[in-house]
Amino acid sequence: MTTATVLPAPHLLTRIRLKMPFLVVLSMIWIATMVLVAIFADQIRPYDITRMDLMARLAPMGTPGHLLGTDELGRDVLSRLIQSIRVSLVIAFGATILSAVLGTTLGFLAAQFRGWVEHLVMALADFQAALPFMIMSLAVLAFFGSSMWLLVCLMGFYGWERYARIARGLAISASAQGYAAAVVQLGANPRRVYLRHILPNVASTLIVSMTLTFPEIILMESGLSFLGLGVQPPQSSLGNMVGFGREYLTRAPWIMLAPSVVIVLTTLSISLMGDWLRDRLDPTIR
Amino acid sequence: MIRFILAKLARAFLTILLVVTFAFVVLRLSGDPAQVLLGPDAPQDAVDAFRARWGLDDPLWQQYLAYLRQILSFDFGVSMRDQSPAIDLVLQRIPATLALTVPALILKLAIGIPAGVYAALHRQSVADRGVIMMSIFGFTIPSFVLGLVLVLVFAVRLDWLPSGGQSSWRHAILPIATLSIGGIGILARFSRSAMIEVLGQPYIRTAMAKGLPWREVVWRHALPNAAVPIVTLIGFMLGALIAGAVVVESIFSWPGIGRLIVVSVANRDLAVVQCLLLVIAASMVVANLLVDFSYGLLDPRLRAKPAH
Amino acid sequence: MSPLLDVRGLVQRYATAKPLFGKANDIRAVDGIDLTLHEGEILGIVGESGSGKSTLGRMLLGLERPWQGEVRYRGQPMPAPGSADWRKLRADMQLVYQDPLAALDRRMTISRQISEPLEIHGLAKGEDARDRVAALMARVGLRADQADRYPHELSGGQRQRVVIARALASRPRFLVCDEPVSALDVSIQAQVVNLLRELQERERLTMVFISHDLKVVRNICDRVAVMYLGRVVEIASSDRIFSDPRHPYTRALVSSVPKPGQGLDGRIILKGEPPNPASRPSGCAFHPRCRHSDAGCAATRPELAEHDGRLAACLKLGHARPVAA
Repeated sequence: MTTATVLPAPHLLTRIRLKMPFLVVLSMIWIATMVLVAIFADQIRPYDITRMDLMARLAPMGTPGHLLGTDELGRDVLSRLIQSIRVSLVIAFGATILSAVLGTTLGFLAAQFRGWVEHLVMALADFQAALPFMIMSLAVLAFFGSSMWLLVCLMGFYGWERYARIARGLAISASAQGYAAAVVQLGANPRRVYLRHILPNVASTLIVSMTLTFPEIILMESGLSFLGLGVQPPQSSLGNMVGFGREYLTRAPWIMLAPSVVIVLTTLSISLMGDWLRDRLDPTIR
Repeated sequence: MIRFILAKLARAFLTILLVVTFAFVVLRLSGDPAQVLLGPDAPQDAVDAFRARWGLDDPLWQQYLAYLRQILSFDFGVSMRDQSPAIDLVLQRIPATLALTVPALILKLAIGIPAGVYAALHRQSVADRGVIMMSIFGFTIPSFVLGLVLVLVFAVRLDWLPSGGQSSWRHAILPIATLSIGGIGILARFSRSAMIEVLGQPYIRTAMAKGLPWREVVWRHALPNAAVPIVTLIGFMLGALIAGAVVVESIFSWPGIGRLIVVSVANRDLAVVQCLLLVIAASMVVANLLVDFSYGLLDPRLRAKPAH
Repeated sequence: MSPLLDVRGLVQRYATAKPLFGKANDIRAVDGIDLTLHEGEILGIVGESGSGKSTLGRMLLGLERPWQGEVRYRGQPMPAPGSADWRKLRADMQLVYQDPLAALDRRMTISRQISEPLEIHGLAKGEDARDRVAALMARVGLRADQADRYPHELSGGQRQRVVIARALASRPRFLVCDEPVSALDVSIQAQVVNLLRELQERERLTMVFISHDLKVVRNICDRVAVMYLGRVVEIASSDRIFSDPRHPYTRALVSSVPKPGQGLDGRIILKGEPPNPASRPSGCAFHPRCRHSDAGCAATRPELAEHDGRLAACLKLGHARPVAA
């Protein structure tokens, strides 16, 4: 039998989930809402995000016509929030997929070729783990300036080393003994072995890692945008709304609170769902 | 053990070399290093002198070697803003950052680990629930939101503490709190899991079965074994601490290296950014090395076996 | 008739992890084996764990390159593992595993797994492939309604039938069975052995049957080779090995097989440590455990030589005519 290695990650929230399974349902509803908001942002946005209403600057929450209030230029906070959700989710989705594909590919290459390829990939993974990602991003943004594409690509490097390590480890154990070696022995070429056999077998573990990196990417992007170095105006993201709202913390805290609440609820929901997914998909539990 | 240390040292050296290479590649991709390191307003003769001095017309691999030599002699170029050496600017700011990160790390360890162990020993209790709530906090609330909420409550509404600056110890309270609260929850949660895992092991049941007092079982058998995964996590937390310092120093206008890097990136003061990148990476690598060694000391199995 | 498989001077060694100072220790898993396999023959290979029998099996299939020596299949040298020629040759030679659950992909239905060799080697498509899979399943005794099951939904014996069906899908000529029944319940073992025997007769397969269990080998093999620490110590027809074993190690093994109506009175209990390839004794590797050994056994390594119609490697069997194997 193959001995399954149990990831040392703590089973976060497991107990709460067992006691209150409806939390998972709530999380799913919230995530679905966020996805719908992102898709239909253009339709449901009450105002254009750059439309200024200088007569109604810094209007508080609950003002008729401006449910979540307005900012210092009289722009509608709800409209900007909806647009920000779209931008932040697009970046986070794109980056999560990029980093999963990149990391898994490198991990498989390391497992297939071993030798110097493996050493190189593992050295790169060490490098990535040793350097705080935020510092690396800041350096790249300093040298190249900030743009939407660069941001997605940059975030696409977030956490690749985890996928690479997982994919390499699982592929090596599958090839050393078991189904992958058996398929190689049938005469299958490496592409078939990796795409048809190993990938479906490790997919559940990779998906669980994706639910872990997704909220972290949202936090990383919003952190950079908060510092004014991520998404640039006139475009808006959740982090950059918080960043600009900070100037009006005393007079108009709602500008900053609305996107903060969205960030917290979204990362919380995905973490809860990831935990639930891990229980459902993790073959080491089954 | 010698093999273990040598392997770790080799890995650390390789990682630093990769960081330097990364800096070199990014530097070269982003344009002419003469312009980059001297600034766009540098006079032409200074640029020419720089090009000649660093051999920018040589083949790339020679430039790479020259760059390595330059880095090894701690020459990171000069800041665009006041033409002072970048390394001096960075070194000046380090004490301020340490004044936040060291107390924050101590708080995380001093509160997080005991809280987690306590929760593991008293499962289902109020304290246990509290630890879980704190960890949810730590995972989902970004430090910039937490920092702003703390400012809103303690500086704006209650007016107990200053919201920014560095003139007294009271100015450090909110930044340190922001840096440590999330980490305390995460560390507590992790210590709790590690401890619960260890408590379920057969050797604990054996120790209890042979009649050892519970206190002794915990101190002699459970804690030393739970320490191994916890120390690993601390290695990871150092990176989070530095990333957190970047955000926290910006919120509270704290003049540390985090604030310096944000300002330098915004101004595209590349010499300073490059210097910070290398200094932070080097200190991270050294810190991880120390964690690895203490790991080796804690886990006798690692001492005997060669590292893979 | 030219042999299907011809093996000369096969040696395989594995390096252990190299210590910081000093030389890496190498383990010789297989240490000089010559063999000839004829078409349609079943050769049994028996030995304790660590005797190198599985390594030998993998080298016969070309899954591992020998460190020294060569394996010729139909007179041709074995292509390098992973090469296009090597992959093509897989259709001709197959392996049946000890642990069928580990050898099967747990996320694929068994019918898809059985049809994989057909797809890989482009042997059949669509309707034709489905028919062939159905025929294979019927031949190994699987029900048609099990086609869409997953491996974990089957019993151990059924899983091994799936592995056998998959191995036979490309109509191989040469089959290596590496402990095919040792992971199965005793009650199922006979069924699977009989199935293999039946299939071998019908297809005129050449088969190598690896096992640590003499009882299993006895029922199926034409010839049996007994291995000890990487070397063949005795090789003879199945009847001869069981009725008249000569090598002391073979005698000990045969004496441990219970016979109907007899107690285990004549059983030879081996003394000493089980063999460890990392510290091979000098001379005859078996001498520390052999009750007939003397100083000569510790000094001289015996070669295979003919004794009464079999080959055995023992210094104590008298001066027989050495054979160029």
